[in-house]
Amino acid sequence: MLKLRTLAIAALMAMTLGPLAAPNAHAADKYITVASTTSTANSGLFDFLLPKFTEKTGIEVRVVAVGTGKAIKLAMNGDADVLFVHHKPSELKFVKEGFGVKRSDVMYNDFVMVGPKADPAGVKGAKMAGDGLKKIAVAKAPFASRGDNSGTNKKELELWKGAGIDPTGAENKWYSATGSGMGATLNVASGMNAYSLTDRATWLKFKNKGDLEIVLEGDPVLFNQYGIILVNPEKHKHVKKDLGQAFIDWTIGKEGQGLINEYKILGNQAFFANAQPGS
Amino acid sequence: MSDPITQPSTEAPPVARRRTTPSILPLSLEGVCFDARGKRLIHDLTFTLDAGPRTIILGPNGAGKSLTLRLCHGLLTPVGGHVAWEGAAPGADPLKHQAMVFQRPVLLRRTVAQNIDYALKLHDVARRDRPALIEDVLNRTGLARFAKSPARHLSGGEQQKLALARAWATKPEVLFLDEPTASLDPAATHAVENIIQTMHGEGTRIVMTTHDLAQARRLADEIMFLHKGHLMEKTPADEFFDAPRSGEAAAFLKGELRW
Amino acid sequence: MNDISAAFVTALHLLVTFDQNLVEIVGLSLRVSLSAVALAVVIGLPVGAALALFKFPGRNGLIVFLNALMGLPPVVVGLVVYLLLSRAGPLGVLGLLFTPTAMIIAQAILVTPIVAALTRQVVADLWVEYSEQMRSMGAGPLSAIPALLYDARFTLVTAVLAGFGRASAEVGAVMIVGGNIDHVTRTMTTAIALEVSKGDLALALGLGIVLIGISLAINAATYTVKQRAEAAWA
Repeated sequence: MLKLRTLAIAALMAMTLGPLAAPNAHAADKYITVASTTSTANSGLFDFLLPKFTEKTGIEVRVVAVGTGKAIKLAMNGDADVLFVHHKPSELKFVKEGFGVKRSDVMYNDFVMVGPKADPAGVKGAKMAGDGLKKIAVAKAPFASRGDNSGTNKKELELWKGAGIDPTGAENKWYSATGSGMGATLNVASGMNAYSLTDRATWLKFKNKGDLEIVLEGDPVLFNQYGIILVNPEKHKHVKKDLGQAFIDWTIGKEGQGLINEYKILGNQAFFANAQPGS
Repeated sequence: MSDPITQPSTEAPPVARRRTTPSILPLSLEGVCFDARGKRLIHDLTFTLDAGPRTIILGPNGAGKSLTLRLCHGLLTPVGGHVAWEGAAPGADPLKHQAMVFQRPVLLRRTVAQNIDYALKLHDVARRDRPALIEDVLNRTGLARFAKSPARHLSGGEQQKLALARAWATKPEVLFLDEPTASLDPAATHAVENIIQTMHGEGTRIVMTTHDLAQARRLADEIMFLHKGHLMEKTPADEFFDAPRSGEAAAFLKGELRW
Repeated sequence: MNDISAAFVTALHLLVTFDQNLVEIVGLSLRVSLSAVALAVVIGLPVGAALALFKFPGRNGLIVFLNALMGLPPVVVGLVVYLLLSRAGPLGVLGLLFTPTAMIIAQAILVTPIVAALTRQVVADLWVEYSEQMRSMGAGPLSAIPALLYDARFTLVTAVLAGFGRASAEVGAVMIVGGNIDHVTRTMTTAIALEVSKGDLALALGLGIVLIGISLAINAATYTVKQRAEAAWA
């Protein structure tokens, strides 16, 4: 009885003190933290790409997948070594303000508009994203927005602006800002048969499609560019400059770019590598 | 007084009999008053307890018997007057030389032996000295076979014996008992009385309340009679039962006062 | 409906195949939550007991505050711990953000008020019964604390289980301070949130079923031990 209790206490102590004493014991310290977006993580690209990088270099890559807005905020606070997101204007601003060293293009895919198969707003006939949104607004058909300041959300708001519509007013009951990630927003759209804007990779991988399908794609304005930036070590001394740069070089180099093009979801190429050679 | 349970031994018994340390007695109360919820329950209590006799406090319900014990023991602080252990050395803690046994024993949720061990620890008895003391009081109270049993599994009588053993082990100079046998059967009552007598015989000053007049006759050297918070008399026992000084005590003995 | 039946199949499959990822996630969840509870016990028991036994100005206010803390939203705790541990925050130099340690700290903050508040109640009730006897034996409130906690042990187990329940069920705090990093800070609840966001509701619910199963097993085991011990001692 006494022995058992001693053992239990010892076990508990080990559990408590273990992680406190050596927080990263199992991973040594050769790792970097990458702040990235839900779309890259949920698409499965990282699961495909990162093990190959780790195998080659011995550097573990820890991905914190949040919306682009929050990822940038994390990087500004110095809580990541590398920023890997998809909203070029915000990325350039990040570098310009001195938080990042340099921005490089990595790859692109595109956004697609999804909606109910029955297409009550008649979006399918439209070629241009702006026309599709206008039809939705006229029909007051339900639309689910990220509403979380993510790259996709920023893109969507730009599209509405381009169409001359401000859907965010409280009087527009058909417009729902979910304030959550892409997957959660697609779950909402699927649940209420709403239209939504999503990146193609997340959509391909998404399993709870319900009655939704792609209703509009191919408008050049739906182009979705991803960029990668090393967090400025002059702002945050602890940034793992060399390891982070190694990851960036590999990603925009021949091997990383080739692997990005190889990655397929259900037979579809999900991302198109477009790093500038020598950048 | 000899104890039949104690084995004869040439060596000094572990529980030192007959105290050698200077006494904390006499205990003197002077003009002690106590209130609860704005009502005065103890009025101007003045008396002295010297070493020696067994004092039994009698009185009807609500007379203030238990309050008086608690005021003496220091569990309650008087609103007026003084309680003083006149023999206590300056700076010493008189509480360490006293113990109290309650009507309902409060035993810790551990073994019989551990309950006594805990009291000894509080009395700063060194760890290595405790087992012998524990064994001794358990033998003397007939609880030795329960040493490793959970204290709360004992019968009511055994629990009260354990409470006494726990008090005994700390070698109190003064032992307060608040109706210790009120909820016990005759056999357990008898056993408890025997322990009290033995402790008295070894020099512990007994101060006890009871509802049981026959018990008072068996145990008392001296009676303190309380009525409505007043001390009516403090009389040698023989005298009290023959010819009480106060009218209230006479009525009480005739059963004319409500208990 | 399909998702629900698929969830049970998934849960069963995960368990039967002893899925390596699942084992890792469950292991981390248990390590984080149990450590947080252990910390909460180390802090909460004495604090709760002290609140029960000592009278001081502001005590009642403190008790109300403590009881209110039991309802702290995990997201808020996560956010506060994030701001503290962020490189830009006051404790940033420790580099603890996105580690299991950060998650343990956040959960300990969530759990400690529960353990402390319940301990206070239990010890206060016990003190009513014990106080005269303890004081008679020369134990003041301070020296009585260990004995009171020990004697309240069977009831306190329930407080600890309540704390563990809160820790193992919450997602808001660990998501923010842990970052849900694969193989590093991914727990049962953040994994469930992730699968929901991928739209894989069957896998998410399957993980949920596993989580409920583990929680049930821990509670059942503790309850059994408690019942036996209580029968033996109380």
